[in-house]
Amino acid sequence: MTNHWIDVKNSDVILIMGANPAENHPISFRWIMKAKDAGAKVIVVDPRFTRSASKADLYAPLRSGTDIAFLGGMINYILQNKLHFEEYVKNYTNAAYLVNADFKMPGELNGLFSGYDPKKRSYDPKAWSFQKNADESIKKDPGLQDPHCVFQLMKKHYSRYTPELVSRITGTPKDKLLEVYTLYSSTGKPDKAGTELYAMGWTQHTVGTQNIRAMSIIQLLLGNIGIAGGGINALRGEGNVQGSTDQGLLFHILPGYMPVPSADLPSTTAYIEKNTPTSKDPQSANWWGNRNKYLISYLKAIYGAKATKENDFGYNWLPKLDPGMNGSWLMIFDNMIKGKFKGFFAWGQNPACSGSNTTKVRNALAKLDWMVAVNLFDNETASFWKGPGVDSASVKTEVFLLPAAASFEKEGSISNSGRWAQWRYKAVSPLGQSKPDAEIIHELYQKLKGMYAKEGGALPEQLTNLTWNYGFKRADGTVKNVDVHAVAKEINGYFLEDVEDKPKLKPGEKAPPPPPPGTPKKMLGKKGELTAGFAQLQADGSTSCGNWIYSQSYNEKGNMMARRGKKDPTGLGMFPEWSWCWPVNRRIIYNRASCDVNGKPFNLKKAVVYWNPDAPLPNGKTGAWVGDVPDGPWPPMAHEKEGKKPFIMRADGVAAIFGPGLKDGPFPEHYEPMECPIPENLMSKQMNNPAVKIFKDTHVKEDVLASNDARFPLVATTYRVTEHWQTGVMTRNTPWLLELQPRQFCEISVELAKETGINNGDMVEISSARGKIDAVAMVTPRFKPFKIGDKIVHQIGMPWCFGWHTPGVGDAANLLTPTAGDANTMIPETKAFMVGIARKG
Amino acid sequence: MAVSRRDFFKLSGSGLAVATLGFNLAPVEAKAEDLAIRYAKETTSICPYCAVGCGMIVHTLGGNIINIEGDPDHPINEGALCPKGSSAYQLRDNKARLTKPLYRAAGATEWQEVSWDWAVDEIAKKVKKTRDTSFVATSKIKIKEKIGNAEVEKEIEAVVNRTMGIASVGSAAMDNEECYLYQKFLRGLGLVYIEHQARI
Repeated sequence: MTNHWIDVKNSDVILIMGANPAENHPISFRWIMKAKDAGAKVIVVDPRFTRSASKADLYAPLRSGTDIAFLGGMINYILQNKLHFEEYVKNYTNAAYLVNADFKMPGELNGLFSGYDPKKRSYDPKAWSFQKNADESIKKDPGLQDPHCVFQLMKKHYSRYTPELVSRITGTPKDKLLEVYTLYSSTGKPDKAGTELYAMGWTQHTVGTQNIRAMSIIQLLLGNIGIAGGGINALRGEGNVQGSTDQGLLFHILPGYMPVPSADLPSTTAYIEKNTPTSKDPQSANWWGNRNKYLISYLKAIYGAKATKENDFGYNWLPKLDPGMNGSWLMIFDNMIKGKFKGFFAWGQNPACSGSNTTKVRNALAKLDWMVAVNLFDNETASFWKGPGVDSASVKTEVFLLPAAASFEKEGSISNSGRWAQWRYKAVSPLGQSKPDAEIIHELYQKLKGMYAKEGGALPEQLTNLTWNYGFKRADGTVKNVDVHAVAKEINGYFLEDVEDKPKLKPGEKAPPPPPPGTPKKMLGKKGELTAGFAQLQADGSTSCGNWIYSQSYNEKGNMMARRGKKDPTGLGMFPEWSWCWPVNRRIIYNRASCDVNGKPFNLKKAVVYWNPDAPLPNGKTGAWVGDVPDGPWPPMAHEKEGKKPFIMRADGVAAIFGPGLKDGPFPEHYEPMECPIPENLMSKQMNNPAVKIFKDTHVKEDVLASNDARFPLVATTYRVTEHWQTGVMTRNTPWLLELQPRQFCEISVELAKETGINNGDMVEISSARGKIDAVAMVTPRFKPFKIGDKIVHQIGMPWCFGWHTPGVGDAANLLTPTAGDANTMIPETKAFMVGIARKG
Repeated sequence: MAVSRRDFFKLSGSGLAVATLGFNLAPVEAKAEDLAIRYAKETTSICPYCAVGCGMIVHTLGGNIINIEGDPDHPINEGALCPKGSSAYQLRDNKARLTKPLYRAAGATEWQEVSWDWAVDEIAKKVKKTRDTSFVATSKIKIKEKIGNAEVEKEIEAVVNRTMGIASVGSAAMDNEECYLYQKFLRGLGLVYIEHQARI
């Protein structure tokens, strides 16, 4: 989330699209209702009339997988009616940038952008480059009139998204489209805030990233980023999925969103050069210019004294990817089913239920020599060898199932969707012989370290050189138990040497004369102290930091994540002394964009920050931001010498309406899901996202798609229910919850029920090209048939929280979903696929 | 005087103590229910389910969890919990919880209970063997090199130091400190196939 849960109360219009918080984030809905009580309007756009929709002022249905068409229509509506917030767009986005004159768009190229190579199924982003001046700066048209400027290109691109065409693609009645567009674009006024709440309903598509970009463009056009009650807010579904992402448990990132080293970058110097953007614009803070400090401090955190300047801080001990190598979820199971892995950890996760195309996942597990599963409960993954239709004797995989402690049986922090890292304490000892995950990791590490020290093996230093000073040491040097406070401090970072506070010089600035001898040195920190925040990190090995964005979370002031202060100085619900949030306790990201170029809030009544030019500073100067922790201390943009642009994580300091960084185009364009009910894309001749990976290895019989296929005429989607969580491993084992929501069901419309002769309560079989499941039919007006093109299309939906391991509840809905992933993230497309339905017996 | 909900419980608890001097059995039953929390230890926690991050108070007595309820001081949930959070105590008082390490041999039809020492030993042996046999120190990759003004593609043997035979998924169910520790451990083993719930 750019903002946070409580901040939703500050909104004027709340668009819930791609999420269903009333069902899946129930307590968050209090803040939506508080906004509503204060006069806000709530819009829900969803294929199904959800619990959230039941509380909305305006509900619009749309067919799963057509969000870009819907949102593209909104962009068109905003631009045609000049409803955008011009001052914001001109100053804080790349709308004025000129794109090269050869650049062509889908309207001219049959659904493709310039630079596409059909053999490689990929784009050359050079075709999307900006025009440059002689000094390498980007050419701009501040008046936004040049036909090659981003603003005009956007206008041209989305002019194709007329309400009539959008309605034919999405199935949303035209009047509903216009109602949503009118209401939401009313937040383009300086003192109005619109927020977007999304979840997996947007991400789990082959165009998932572009769904979110489309909305980001709308939010930028309306000036809704950085403000109270605004933002683009991912409602994350797991207690610590924000934190687990922050801590780099993904193939492509180290902690703090640092890219995993690629083999073509053989040294820290090469890594830093490749991954550090440069900017000649004096108004750009270019925060990633600090990449070197974060990389070296990470290496010092994990390798400690073993990381020296001489050995390049141990950089080569870090495992590296080949350029272009993809180790993401779908690739793991693709490789696994091809027999490429011998061992597998399923640690606190149940892929045999949560993985799309679950049959492929389950068959892949049988190809392993060994698997370690760690969980509170037995589940479909750990016990895959005795699943439905499996001949146990023929499965050779050895499985270890280790009992993990529950959240209240240990202590540590978790980060919620609003980036608040909150500490939780241990209430009771772990049940039976179960152990906290940290202890299990620790025991495996110590055992392996001992074996490598004794027996040698492949590059033992990679493992044995890790720092592991997490608590009381026995006589033999091994650590008895992991003290999680020590881990938290390592994540925060230390001064490894005394570090002097030297003034930062600007290019061309002369160093001040040396102080007279005997003057005490001004210190930034002393050896052994915790760093106060990431601004103190160094690139020379004199500091360590396990994750730069968590620097400040546990410093000399104490465990900031455990704070319980209730002050709310702005009245906006930011609670700056409650827990701690990354980065540097900033509650609303990009908050400098909530003010004009002089630092005056666009909305004086809900000021997140404002610039006070008279505020005295310790160095004798004046001028400071007041309110939330600002995105950097520099004065606002209009300040002649030191002013900075607000989007500091971007090299050019502005937000990207035109985004050359993605794999599937600089503007979002509508493509059909990999499985869809119509023979052609009504927007262009390009049916699907041209940059997605196609899984069609003839040896993998599980990978099949069936689009526009008479056997599977129904659009289907999956979702959650309040009473269950994810695959249901915890909640299916909680008696109250299983009683409330006892088995797999499938929601179908009254009209489809009539057509198929299915009655409410009938047992039905739902089938896709990949598998089938049984479910109880729930005939409901919550789904209505869509008119797509000239055809009537039905959509159905079902929860994905069930699995065979719990007797009598039915098997996983993901048995139906395909192996297809987003072009940028490879997140599986489980929110739009095609099925058939038939009554059983 | 402003009375918070928790103060109210405390007050009503002492009020009921006086009531027990009377002759009505009903308040005695009510008192028994209140006392369970009254003498319990309160530990603050955060709900393990979705990422709203609701505050919880875990009441424990004699090593058992006797109640979990919303933390009224927490600014997000202000004491409220959803059905999942409200039933979280059943994650403890639960016969299905795993309490011992289990092992399934190749081709076996049932689990068998094993000791932690044995499980850790066996897993470590398998990890080491798989790592040592699937470790790739270098990989042939193509790079572009600038020679004068021209870019020339050439193949080099690059250091990669990675383990190809092991993959890991998980977990967003762990604490931040555990996630950090786990990625450190996995990268210390040379793994690159590291994924979790965030991708799906």
